Amino acid sequence: MTESSHDENIELMTYAEVVDVKGFVGNFDVTIRKKPRYVDMSKCTGCSLCTEKCPTKVPSEWNLDMGLRKSIYKPFGQAVPNVPVIDKEHCLFFTKGRCKICQKLCPAGAVDYEQKEELVTKKFGAIIVATGFTQFDPSVYGEYGAGKFKDVITGLHLERMLDTSGPTGGHVVRPSDQREPKNIVFVQCVGSRDESKGRPYCSRICCMYTAKQAILLKDHYPETQSYIFYIDIRAAGKNYEEFVKRAQREYGAIYIRGRVSKIYEKGDKLIVRGADTLSGKQVEVEADLVVLATAVVPQPDAIELAKILNIPYDQYGFYSEAHPKLQPVESVTKGIFLTGSCQFPKDIPDSVATTGAASVRTCEILSKDELILDPKVAFVNSDVCSGCLNCVEVCPFNAIESTVVDGKTVAQVIPTLCHGCGNCASTCRTSAANVQGFMDDQIYAQVASVFEILKEENLLELSE
Amino acid sequence: MSLNGEDVSKCIQCGKCSAGCPISPEMDLQPNQVLRLIQINDTETVLKCSTMWICASCQTCSVRCPEEIDIAKIMDSLRKLALEAKIPVGEEKVVKFDEIFLDSIRKRGRVHELELVMRYNLALLQPFKDAHLGPVMLARRKLRILGHKIKEVGKIKEIFQKSKRLYKP
Repeated sequence: MTESSHDENIELMTYAEVVDVKGFVGNFDVTIRKKPRYVDMSKCTGCSLCTEKCPTKVPSEWNLDMGLRKSIYKPFGQAVPNVPVIDKEHCLFFTKGRCKICQKLCPAGAVDYEQKEELVTKKFGAIIVATGFTQFDPSVYGEYGAGKFKDVITGLHLERMLDTSGPTGGHVVRPSDQREPKNIVFVQCVGSRDESKGRPYCSRICCMYTAKQAILLKDHYPETQSYIFYIDIRAAGKNYEEFVKRAQREYGAIYIRGRVSKIYEKGDKLIVRGADTLSGKQVEVEADLVVLATAVVPQPDAIELAKILNIPYDQYGFYSEAHPKLQPVESVTKGIFLTGSCQFPKDIPDSVATTGAASVRTCEILSKDELILDPKVAFVNSDVCSGCLNCVEVCPFNAIESTVVDGKTVAQVIPTLCHGCGNCASTCRTSAANVQGFMDDQIYAQVASVFEILKEENLLELSE
Repeated sequence: MSLNGEDVSKCIQCGKCSAGCPISPEMDLQPNQVLRLIQINDTETVLKCSTMWICASCQTCSVRCPEEIDIAKIMDSLRKLALEAKIPVGEEKVVKFDEIFLDSIRKRGRVHELELVMRYNLALLQPFKDAHLGPVMLARRKLRILGHKIKEVGKIKEIFQKSKRLYKP
């Protein structure tokens, strides 16, 4: 991250979001909202004195509310750029007009409460979407007690605890009483592979990160015992299967094949009731801590962004690739590429690979002055067009716009966006819209010649 | 493949049903094992097991199944199929109890507990198994010596006849 922020060919715009995209491949006009952080980036030295002295404490989103942060803060230690941001919702100056300690103490005079948001529109040749994923909320499983029982957490919570720069300084403790856990139960497939919760897919990364967490726990705390309830182990990567076997053989993780049906409290422990389908028995484990491997889901604003970018998405909110096998990093919209988990859950090697692929694809566009396109695209004959603009409504690629020709409103196809699907041609009442190569008279001619052949070979049966 | 409208091939043997079933430790075959045997067409083993007879129809399995298979409904269908097959069932006692219970309702419109207990224990050849409870329950007016018939018992008999006609194996 730090390297990319210093590269002269890269302009890093953090704390900013895309609000509008117009245009087409090679000629995108992107409007970006740069949100005010109330700290002047050109002056700030990253000394963190402001953060140290800020009096307000707020639950830290980065640490999943397990720790606190200040109102003027950097989300985490290695954040790029090394400049804090002020949280307007909790800052005493913005909410009550008091304090201003950060401004008074800043040696570089970098705090600027007057900063305004900026809207910039720039031209881009290609767009790569890498907006990632978030976690499924496991509290919908009433039987698991997530959100109700303090000691039922997710894999991400455990990651934050294992991190030495995290909220517990690298100590894994039970959230309820801060004591070290002895028995830890991991539950796989929480939200994944579940038709009843609308997510029948496998989230791909959880079998591996759970094995990793079991290894780390045993390594840091040799007295612990991990139990992992699984349905199948997905370890299809280089050295992945061997890694899981290590967790079982060298780090003593006990794998139980069966889903968990219920988690309930008994005193200060949690009882996890599951099944061992391999032996045909019901199994109960007394746990100090339960870690749920929750499903990978798209970001909450993924669909909103898709509409701005004009790219299609599937029933789960993951962005659709142009072809599942042959075009995995291209979205259906030309010039917009997909990488990482916004397209579908991926682990790190796959994210790196798809990002390389997407980057090369953009070079194909940016290295040329002209693009060669498929000629079988639609066009509208403006003499015949009645200006009803029905075609604009039915075009799935937003490739038709309304324009004025000789004082008349007519439809016009943007050839670079058009995929030649023919929706407009079949909708057009006046036959003004047609796909090149599939004109009405061409199709009639094809049909007529087929009937000719059938007649000649006596294969035609006409009803009286 | 489906059983009474439930698509059994959807089951991936995750085991959540067996995990949540409150009485599965008493069953000879776990619910997920029963579904597996149906999938591989081993009807012989399935119809002889005790699972569907121990099943209390609490529906915990059906509610928690990720594939939304109504397992309790499958157990119900298996009970019918086992009786139709006229084979020795997995839990004779349960079938006997059900028969006497339903007979009592058919005749009177409600259960006569004394008749139920006596006929059941006689059938089990343990006529005095619960005899010691009799005096205490009578004293507390929890037991009627003579059975009570409801006013429109004919309607109950109609229900029984109709269900026999409607039930299609």
